Amino acid sequence: MISKPHVDWFALAPSLSLLAATGLLLFAAVFVPRTSRKPVSALVAFAGFVASGIFAAYLMDRSPVPMAIVRDSMYRDRWGAFAQVLLAGSGAIAVLVAYSERLRDEYVAEYYALLTAAGAGMAFFVSAANLMTLFLGLEWFSIALYVLTAIDIDLIGSLEAGLKYLVVGAVGSATLLFGSALVYGITGELSFDKIAAAGHAHDAMLVVGLAMIIAGLMFKSSAAPFHMWTPDAYQGAPTPVTAFMSSATKIAALVVTYRVLVTAFPHDESLWRWAIAVIACISLAWGNIAALVQRNVKRILAYSSISHAGFMLIAIAAASRLGERALLYYLVPYAAMSLGAFAVVAARERELRAPVTLQNLAGFGWERPFLAVSMWVFMLGMLGFPLTGGFIGKFYVFAAAYDSGFWWLIIAGVVATMISAYYYLGIVRAMYFRDAAELQLAPAGGSPPRDLLLTTAVLAALVVTVGSFFAVQPLIDVARSAANALPL
Amino acid sequence: MNDWLTTILIVLPVAGALLVAIAPLTTYWLGSLAALISLVEVGFWITSVGRFDFGTKGLQFEQHASWFSDLHVSWHVGQYAFSLWFVGMTVVVMAACTIYGWWAGRDRARAYFALMLLLTGAIVGVFTAQDLLLFYAFFEAMLIPLYVLIGVWGGSQRMRATITFVVYTVVGSLLMLAAIIVFGLQEGTFDMTKMTPSTNDWLFLGFLVAFAIKSPLFPLHGWLPITYRESPAEVSAVLSGVVGKAGLYGLLRIVIPLFPQPVHDWRVVILVLGSVSLIYGSLLAFRAPDFRGVVMYSSLAQAGLIVLGLFANNSLGFDGAVLQIVNHALVSASLFLLAGMVERRTSTGEFALLGGMARGRPALATTIMTVGVISLAVPLSTTFAGEFLILAGAFQQGWAWAVVGAVAMVLAAMYMLRAISGVLHQDVGPAVPDAATDLRLGELAIVVPLVLCLVGLSAWPNLISGHTNTNSQELVAR
Repeated sequence: MISKPHVDWFALAPSLSLLAATGLLLFAAVFVPRTSRKPVSALVAFAGFVASGIFAAYLMDRSPVPMAIVRDSMYRDRWGAFAQVLLAGSGAIAVLVAYSERLRDEYVAEYYALLTAAGAGMAFFVSAANLMTLFLGLEWFSIALYVLTAIDIDLIGSLEAGLKYLVVGAVGSATLLFGSALVYGITGELSFDKIAAAGHAHDAMLVVGLAMIIAGLMFKSSAAPFHMWTPDAYQGAPTPVTAFMSSATKIAALVVTYRVLVTAFPHDESLWRWAIAVIACISLAWGNIAALVQRNVKRILAYSSISHAGFMLIAIAAASRLGERALLYYLVPYAAMSLGAFAVVAARERELRAPVTLQNLAGFGWERPFLAVSMWVFMLGMLGFPLTGGFIGKFYVFAAAYDSGFWWLIIAGVVATMISAYYYLGIVRAMYFRDAAELQLAPAGGSPPRDLLLTTAVLAALVVTVGSFFAVQPLIDVARSAANALPL
Repeated sequence: MNDWLTTILIVLPVAGALLVAIAPLTTYWLGSLAALISLVEVGFWITSVGRFDFGTKGLQFEQHASWFSDLHVSWHVGQYAFSLWFVGMTVVVMAACTIYGWWAGRDRARAYFALMLLLTGAIVGVFTAQDLLLFYAFFEAMLIPLYVLIGVWGGSQRMRATITFVVYTVVGSLLMLAAIIVFGLQEGTFDMTKMTPSTNDWLFLGFLVAFAIKSPLFPLHGWLPITYRESPAEVSAVLSGVVGKAGLYGLLRIVIPLFPQPVHDWRVVILVLGSVSLIYGSLLAFRAPDFRGVVMYSSLAQAGLIVLGLFANNSLGFDGAVLQIVNHALVSASLFLLAGMVERRTSTGEFALLGGMARGRPALATTIMTVGVISLAVPLSTTFAGEFLILAGAFQQGWAWAVVGAVAMVLAAMYMLRAISGVLHQDVGPAVPDAATDLRLGELAIVVPLVLCLVGLSAWPNLISGHTNTNSQELVAR
């Protein structure tokens, strides 16, 4: 007789509601007639993300004391719930962006099903409490994303991108798994708390295992030098999927990275702090320098996401209460800017029916004032200019770095920001500064297609990007209470 | 402690910008709306002069509200007596330039006027912020509208101009950001009024470089020629008239009071850089082939002169510097606008193609002559008062600095008279059509108020130099 553990269903609700949506969508793929399949699917997926977000917010309110649930395999705490709220928000916005994408009827329901499945996997992943659930969550959302990247068979490069993502991602997962095995081998424990309690700090095998776990997680957060899949996958995937990957995957991977490091490996803090600091530097350098020579806007944004991983890793390397707040705060405007920027790219892509490059952005600024001004704000936010949360995010990250004695990371971050000015402002330049003769109007002629849902998504991203500049105090208060869930 | 007046001065143009961005009006009415808002802003400033109590020291019209508490950053704005004059020159020059843009009929009016108003708000913010991070936010925010104003409405080389401008500015301001973070965390607050002076040379240099780029000072003036030549005339006026002054304000409000020891150690270096800017800028202005070139290099020279006054370490130089900052804002804004008006008639600013414009155009000749003569610091003019105070202050620091300043005054007369005669006198240039009109009423309405401000100050320079000293001394002495 197997004794069943007590299951805290409420704590799993953010993940389960998305899983329920996935199930419904798979039914919809079969039973809903083709004509109404797309709106029904989108609605179900949207409802799934909204429900997940509401559950997560409620969970956050009801979990002031962190605890382990389901035989110590999951956490119920504010750290995880905060990430789940962000994930659900990103997913909901991604659904709005995706709605007008040209998708074949035969797989439109599956498309949304995979999106919610990925969301469910991430929501599960961020509350993982042992190495097994960690790996399970990682594979769960990764597999959904591999398929999503390759799903649009009409899109040139989509299949190739999916395959690259799959191969590199599999290497990352294998690395994580091998690292977990080593850690289990030396400590005989799976759950993070007990790994920490088991001691064995500085044991060679534990350190190798730790290094491999970090590497595996860095693949997912696309930090250099583990980023090689990022530009191709971001460029090849359907743009709404890219938007979701760039925000949600990064949220999940970074939040989990920090949790694993401080919960399971507190004794090796001096080691992993330096490792993360070095990875942060490499990401900042590589992401920004490689972005300079790109012409394709999705590739530019992909490299920029690598450099943003670098900034957020600075907060992780700080490993302090201030660093935790910096990380959680940074994620909010970053997710919004990233979603919004890719949404704008998607809009341009749909009216041109071609990949968006710096060249064919010309004239966009005057043709589509709202979208272009939003893009401008997102670019300034990524650059870290005031009136956007990106500015405060960078400020917090640098403050955390200085506070923890990593003053040279401030120099690295400042130099990286200087370099990034060139390509972020290059996008603004491409939209506004060209002569009228160079304007590339929509080839179909007439007014560009109206897309109310996408506009709503961009507006939401804009409100969060700018709002987080003004509402710093409330966000920091929430981040503080979320961060208190972690031992430090 | 909680006076809304400063906040209104910052928020009004920003709100106006949003209004212009969405108001369903035609180009003409958008321009009038923007002009109206910029004039209301001037009205609020006049109110603030009326209400300002020059008898008491310290901040006035102060407003304080916590922004985020764990790093002790707050919305803290207020004005010292000298800030009042910085804000004043900003709102007056911005109003003139906004109205010039309206008169010149800039295309894409909605974006243009929204950006001009946004710029006004950001600059006023720079001059009134009392929290370092807030100051930085405004300082960076200035760059956003300027970038687009140059990039969209600029000349044919505008792409290169924007890149040069942005590279210089961003490098400087990010060094400052690093310095601000370190300084603020060391102090445990970002409130400038509560910070204690620092002795750290690196922080000092971070601020100094940022402000020296903005001012600009030799050898960090590389962005100046292409930016000023490629910008629309009124944007050049704003750049040289008020945006550059943000750098000088930073030296005055942050570097001098918060880094007394490094300032003392580096004084000779800074004074040398100021002198070099002064002489080198004057020589370049004398060699410049076009009207704008003269004005822009003269603003490099003037920045050098003002730095001599600021770092003379006495109240004479200090008051002179504040007075000269306001003078130069009005002079260079007028001259750039006049250069724009000349260029509209002849499509060029080159002296080789200009000349003889005084004949039959009395209003144009009179305005250029008046502003030109004031700018070369002829006795009885307000610039003479300002430069005299600066030289007197610099003399106390060492006679050599005053000699440099005096030589530069001679050079100023040379380049300015050359510019005036190059445009107005000599033979009629090939680019000057007979049909080129005199200044129209609309143009006069823009320039004459600026000239009247200058004439008024010439009559009573003590309005400024006599109404800053208590606070500036207090800041220097700290």
